Amino acid sequence: MLDDFMTRATLAGIGVAFAAAPLGCFVVWRRMAYFGDATAHAAILGVAMSLAMETSIFAGAMATALLMALTVTRLAGRNYAMDTILGVWAHSALAFGLVAVSFLSGVRLDLMAYLFGDILAVSWSDLLVIWVGAALVLALMAWRWPALLTSTLSEELAYASGLNPRREHLILTVSLAITVAVAIKVVGVLLIAAMLIIPAAAARAPARTPEAMAVIAAVIGGISAVAGLQSAYLLDTPAGPSIVCVAAVICAVMTPAKLAGSKD
Amino acid sequence: MSLISVQNLSVAYGANLVLRNVALTLEPGEIVTIVGPNGSGKTSLLRAIIGATSPSRGMIALKPGLRIGYVPQRLHIDQTLPITVERFMRLTDNVPGATCRTVLEAAGVPDLLGRQMSQLSGGQFQRVMLARALINQPDVLLLDEVTRGLDQPGVAAFYQRIKAMRRDTGCAVLMISHELHVVMSASDRVICLNGHVCCEGTPAVVTSAPEYRALFGTGTSGALALYRHNHDHEHDPPHRTKATG
Repeated sequence: MLDDFMTRATLAGIGVAFAAAPLGCFVVWRRMAYFGDATAHAAILGVAMSLAMETSIFAGAMATALLMALTVTRLAGRNYAMDTILGVWAHSALAFGLVAVSFLSGVRLDLMAYLFGDILAVSWSDLLVIWVGAALVLALMAWRWPALLTSTLSEELAYASGLNPRREHLILTVSLAITVAVAIKVVGVLLIAAMLIIPAAAARAPARTPEAMAVIAAVIGGISAVAGLQSAYLLDTPAGPSIVCVAAVICAVMTPAKLAGSKD
Repeated sequence: MSLISVQNLSVAYGANLVLRNVALTLEPGEIVTIVGPNGSGKTSLLRAIIGATSPSRGMIALKPGLRIGYVPQRLHIDQTLPITVERFMRLTDNVPGATCRTVLEAAGVPDLLGRQMSQLSGGQFQRVMLARALINQPDVLLLDEVTRGLDQPGVAAFYQRIKAMRRDTGCAVLMISHELHVVMSASDRVICLNGHVCCEGTPAVVTSAPEYRALFGTGTSGALALYRHNHDHEHDPPHRTKATG
């Protein structure tokens, strides 16, 4: 069937967009954009190790992403600022990952697929993993939503309400690792952060409540996935970047000038 | 039993001991004001009570099932986070909209429900914060330097609201203040903190003395009082104890 691969690609894109939307809102609110980026870059090392050991790419990517996020969280604020630690660890992991892949024979083409995504090659079993991962992230977000939101607004307010903000931060970190792992096939490690941040940023202007922002971000992400894939098909452009381009255009159109510009 | 019982509490950040051997109890319905200069460990004490900072020694016992209403000194809401006053009121307790309206009316800001938190003025913001803390009928209200940045009539009006709230609900209040000498007159006890408890006493209500009248003006309706420190020891500069090694 001619359309079969497009169906799978579209479903994969929508799955990632849905998981990324609520998580992306927290990434924006908590100013974790660079953190998301770094976690995703680290995943390429996991991909390399999975290819070498012939294990599941999802598991390898998720494990390194999680390890990176936990390590960076632990080290933050000791001797260096967060962005320095992220820069050191994430780019080192990316570099080691790229070098490690070069030792493996016959995967040079594959590497591009992991850097920029290869959504058109998504199989039914990939799709299953993506949707299970996305459902897991959405379930975590829905379950912890009030606690996550309170912890984001004020750590003290969360403690006073009997919550543990550190546990909530861990939940975000785990969700981020899962999202990175399932999004590799769709947009690749270099553009995962874009799928997290751009729909959430686009949803900021029309939203009046945190929940509305998450829902609008999911809709924008879904539209970007569908329209991006269609334009990639029609114009013969790379699919992952095309999805991000559509999201970026929507974001630009939806953001009023007064929000995008300086405060006064 | 006491709502809050702190015994022999010490808190250290690395080698820096910010609190040592602090004891404190809060009984139901009591208003206790903790005063102390900057860096005296007031905020650390409050953080330890809510569980945000772990004590290095000592014990903090909260009455089982204690409901805490917490009003932070300030709350920075990121511009990227859209949240209406109504949604903020329901942040930790899913109360019906009618309750939100009633509570905001009682706080003197009935028309703010649909407004964005980021658009509120300082005074409105603080009223909303207090209303949110009170929405689930807490047993104790913790106030973290909430009068910082208010002028004297503003402070007096705030203290009047707290006093009325205690009268109506019987909720205990533990507040910390950087203002060493002027405290809320309704305080049952004042504790002066400077790494340890320096002194403890009751505020001197000064509504009748004309010189204090002149100092406070007449608009404060007796909400403010003086606290006379009664220190029986002197501090060696530098005050903070350093761990050896």
